[in-house]
Amino acid sequence: MRRIVSIVALGLVLASCSSNLPQSSLNPKSVEAQKIDGLWILVFSIATVIFFAVQIALIVSIIRWRRRPGDDSEPKQTHGNTRLEIVWTIIPAVILAVIAVPTLRTLFELRAPATGDVLRVKVTGHQWWWEFEYPDIVGPDGRPLITANELHIPAGKTTELEMTSADVIHSFWVPPLAGKRDLVPGLTTYIKITPLESAAGEVIPGQCAEYCWLGHADMRVKVHVDAPADFEAWTAGQLEPAPMPTAGAAAAGFETFSGVCTTCHQANVRRPDGTVETIGNAVGPDLTHFGSRDTFGAGILENTAEHLAAWIDDPSSLKPMAPELNDLDRGRVLGMPDYGLDPDQITELVELLESWK
Amino acid sequence: MVSEGAVVDHDFEDTGNPIHRVRKTAMWAFLGSEAFFFGAMISTFLLYRNTIGDGPGAEIFNIPFTSASSFVLLMSSLTMVLADNSFQKGDQRQGRVWLIGTALLGTTFLAGQIFEFTEFVHEGLTISTSPFGSSFYMLTGFHGLHVAVGVLLLSMLVFFSLRGRYSPDGGMNVELVALYWHFVDIVWIVIFTVVYLLQI
Amino acid sequence: MAVATREQAPAAADRGVWSWITTVDHKRIGIMYAVAAFIFFLVGGFEALLIRTQLAGPNGTVLSAEAYNQIFTMHGLTMVFAVIMPIAAAFQNYFVPLQIGARDVAFPRINAFAFWLFFFSALFLYTSFLFGGAPDGAWVGYAPLSTQLTEYVRMDYYSVGAQLLGVASLAGSINFIATIFTMRAPGMSLMRMPVFVWMTVVTSFLLILSLPVIGVGLWQLLFDRNFGTLFYAAQAQGDPLLWQHLFWIFGHPEVYVLILPAMGIVSEILPVMSRKPLFGYAFVVFSGIAIGFLGFGVWAHHMFTAGLGPVAEAGFGLATMLIAIPTGVKIFNWIGTTWGGRLKLTTPMLFSLGFISMFVIGGLSGVTHSIVPADTQQHDSYYIVAHFHYVLFGGAVLGYMAGAYYWFPKWTGKMLSETIGKWHFWITLIGFNLTFAPQHILGLDGMPRRTYRYDAGLGWDGWNLMSTIGSYLIAVGVLVFIWNIIRSWRNGEPAGNDPWDGRTLEWTTSSPPPVHNFDEVPVVHHVDDFWYRKYGIDEDGRAVKMPEVSGGALTVDTDTGGEDGDADAHDIHMPSPSYFPIIASAGVVILGAGLVFISSGAIGFGLLALGAIVSLWGFMGWAGEPITKEAH
Repeated sequence: MRRIVSIVALGLVLASCSSNLPQSSLNPKSVEAQKIDGLWILVFSIATVIFFAVQIALIVSIIRWRRRPGDDSEPKQTHGNTRLEIVWTIIPAVILAVIAVPTLRTLFELRAPATGDVLRVKVTGHQWWWEFEYPDIVGPDGRPLITANELHIPAGKTTELEMTSADVIHSFWVPPLAGKRDLVPGLTTYIKITPLESAAGEVIPGQCAEYCWLGHADMRVKVHVDAPADFEAWTAGQLEPAPMPTAGAAAAGFETFSGVCTTCHQANVRRPDGTVETIGNAVGPDLTHFGSRDTFGAGILENTAEHLAAWIDDPSSLKPMAPELNDLDRGRVLGMPDYGLDPDQITELVELLESWK
Repeated sequence: MVSEGAVVDHDFEDTGNPIHRVRKTAMWAFLGSEAFFFGAMISTFLLYRNTIGDGPGAEIFNIPFTSASSFVLLMSSLTMVLADNSFQKGDQRQGRVWLIGTALLGTTFLAGQIFEFTEFVHEGLTISTSPFGSSFYMLTGFHGLHVAVGVLLLSMLVFFSLRGRYSPDGGMNVELVALYWHFVDIVWIVIFTVVYLLQI
Repeated sequence: MAVATREQAPAAADRGVWSWITTVDHKRIGIMYAVAAFIFFLVGGFEALLIRTQLAGPNGTVLSAEAYNQIFTMHGLTMVFAVIMPIAAAFQNYFVPLQIGARDVAFPRINAFAFWLFFFSALFLYTSFLFGGAPDGAWVGYAPLSTQLTEYVRMDYYSVGAQLLGVASLAGSINFIATIFTMRAPGMSLMRMPVFVWMTVVTSFLLILSLPVIGVGLWQLLFDRNFGTLFYAAQAQGDPLLWQHLFWIFGHPEVYVLILPAMGIVSEILPVMSRKPLFGYAFVVFSGIAIGFLGFGVWAHHMFTAGLGPVAEAGFGLATMLIAIPTGVKIFNWIGTTWGGRLKLTTPMLFSLGFISMFVIGGLSGVTHSIVPADTQQHDSYYIVAHFHYVLFGGAVLGYMAGAYYWFPKWTGKMLSETIGKWHFWITLIGFNLTFAPQHILGLDGMPRRTYRYDAGLGWDGWNLMSTIGSYLIAVGVLVFIWNIIRSWRNGEPAGNDPWDGRTLEWTTSSPPPVHNFDEVPVVHHVDDFWYRKYGIDEDGRAVKMPEVSGGALTVDTDTGGEDGDADAHDIHMPSPSYFPIIASAGVVILGAGLVFISSGAIGFGLLALGAIVSLWGFMGWAGEPITKEAH
């Protein structure tokens, strides 16, 4: 019985290995994740052999040496066998030594600083969203590319994430691309990701892996692996300032935006006279190109006008947050408050934000 | 330990009063635990010794003053040994004098610590100044608390002895308190060295 | 041993609630630990069912995120501190003195104090649901999340509650160390002690050396939250990783604290049911000690994603691999014990074999964590959840269940039903694997732990549903167990002194044992001494039953020499009951409550004052009781 259960369980594990699940670590799509996966397959195989060896030994012993009804004979009283015991101390040690070599090699490879032509991205974890800044991709106005929750990286080239946190500890985990790494306030940690060429065009999901309170489950991230040309096009678009609308609902929306939303959100805006200015506070996600994102709310909602209207109306109903505990002076932000905007204002705001592609 | 087949193991009888042995074993286990308690706080202090923010750092230490109070505490270990010795010889009267002496030396050390803390606060170092301040006060404060508990135990011993209720087999006995007291002194020597003297 | 009390052990006043409240008898304290741990097991299990119900399908709505966070935190705290540690303490309290041939533990009143402090602290932790919410920062309480929200007392409860439970455990451990090192029966050298006693030694040392470290961390947490210290304040260059180090220097040895006593129990049961000695006693003992030592050197493998740097990670990875070696030795020696035996597949044996089988899985998945790069995928995912449940449920809980079936006859004088017991075993084993095996896959497929909801479309739905169904099956198993206890307690088969044909000293005395445990203190000549009083060995090395000898033939009462040194049970003086331990422990918990509410001013200070008065009353009364009462 136990054996059948074990075999079924193992079969299930193997079945899942061959699956193509979007957020699976067994579905590697970067050079680094492939190295980890190779190591995993090695260790898992060895573990499987040991698993069967031990379980079979146990089951054989149970079947062979079980007491039959009516058999009252006593067994031979053996106290041990030092030679045998030394052997089964040494065998695991040897196996572990064999595993240790590739483990250490891979570890030092993965942890070595990225060299050569590397794209740097600064990642800042917030309760409960991700801020991405590309310090080397700078617009004509001198402002680097800043976005949130959707990370774009080029296929076939190494990107190095420099990560820290603005509040509590988070952990960046996109299993098909890399092992997780914590974002610790006051500390900088690094991840290297070199997506496979074949992954170009894919959007790979991940999420925060270090418990960070209410929004932890909803702190998701989408990594867009772009073909190099697409990446160029994307960065060019993102570096453009958002146009300040002059007429219509969007213009009214801009009034609300600059009066309310800028308390926490930033946008890089081109005024009608051509001047470019960054307005607002960088406490929440940058909204300059909100309309270009597929999702919002840290990956939990598809970016549609209806969703956005519902979000602005009552954010905490869609994602657990604690804006009542916000204290901007102390730098503590725990979610977006409900500002009690009336439906017209919300419609205008949605119009504005969705127009900022 | 006895060889296989011996009828009686003299595990107990050889060590004199088994109650002493039981209590001392427990006390050593407790002090082992205490050593790790202070070890964790000393490690915290070492981590933060230079994390002084905008506040003062180790330069505010008054080494001559603290050396003097360390010497006082060190001397109290001597008087504690003498007290233990007197009690072992059954001379409770003399023992009480040494106990009181030990308690007074401990109290002097505590007074010095309070004075020192007051000085530091005046110079701008509080528990909220920097991680350095937090870990300094936590480490030395918890040590001070241990000295205070020791003084309390010494006073209770004197009290019991005066009332004629002291028994070497009792839960409160000089040997155990002496173990504790020496441990607290040794911890202070480590703290004094690591916190005050070592300037890495 | 010298029995110095002047008071007669109370004979008739042994019944009623008051006798339990004031008891200092290690056996009764053991039973109270067991009952309390089982109640908290039901509570923690209920929390687990809530968690699994919430996660049965995508975007579950049974619990809010806020409730979920409190429930999973309390599930972890409860199962670790209020279930597995006290159930281990229950077995240790009851059986360590019996197995070493002692009449009691070294400090009976400290023993009572430790129990009541544990019990009140655990209850106190649960009062948090009524006053401001339960801890919701996960059982690891990582800073700076745990210091972030000072508006809530939730993590103050965590800090103080864990501190108090730690003190209780510390007191218990010191007691075991003193008991085992100084109160063994004549002839019982260290290398003749039952393995369960050895594992108690190791866990006691792990506890006394690791609890103070987390104690420092918990104080720092409390000070940061309430008094403005900056230990974990990143804006002042406080280092959040300090907490992780302090926590895991405690937390990893803690894992062995939870599992080693279960290993000890299994090492007792296997030889009895296989009818041959433990294979390689010395290897099993030394591997246990090695696990204890190495357990202090691997804590940072819980921090492989935290940014320690590759050199530290390599070192801790290798150390973690090393610990697999003594663990493997134990498993091989257990199988070696069964090999060539005449296995009686009784319920305790089934649970023990289940323990080995499941622990192998947990151990192997543990080795995969030492592969640092692979661990960066596994860490904080459901793979970890699966791993430690294979160790702590498939391992520890099955081990303690084995112990419950094995020793229930000694507690009550009645056998648990074998038929119901086998149902219990198979339902539990299947339910357990159904619950936790899929979680390995969930973790590898990218599901992080401590998340209250997940989206459909990630391939997680089916495994989660399966896991939830399994958890309900485990609950059915628990109900079967309860039924078995009730049924067997009422009209179970009488057990007699030695129902399993045991090997260790607890089976030499009656079931349940008298207050003084042994009419005559046994004298020990062998490991498994009792077996050698019953069996000889023929020329083929097989055990041969010896003719019945009256129990006294091979024992000598070492109390001889006193004027009342004969073996008459009525002249054995046991420590008197005392209500001061329970008062002192209540006072200490009230002090703790004062600390929790210290930032609410008057309430906090009021509680502190009350706690000070009550605990002073308790401790002074305790100190004032005639000293001879404790000396025994």
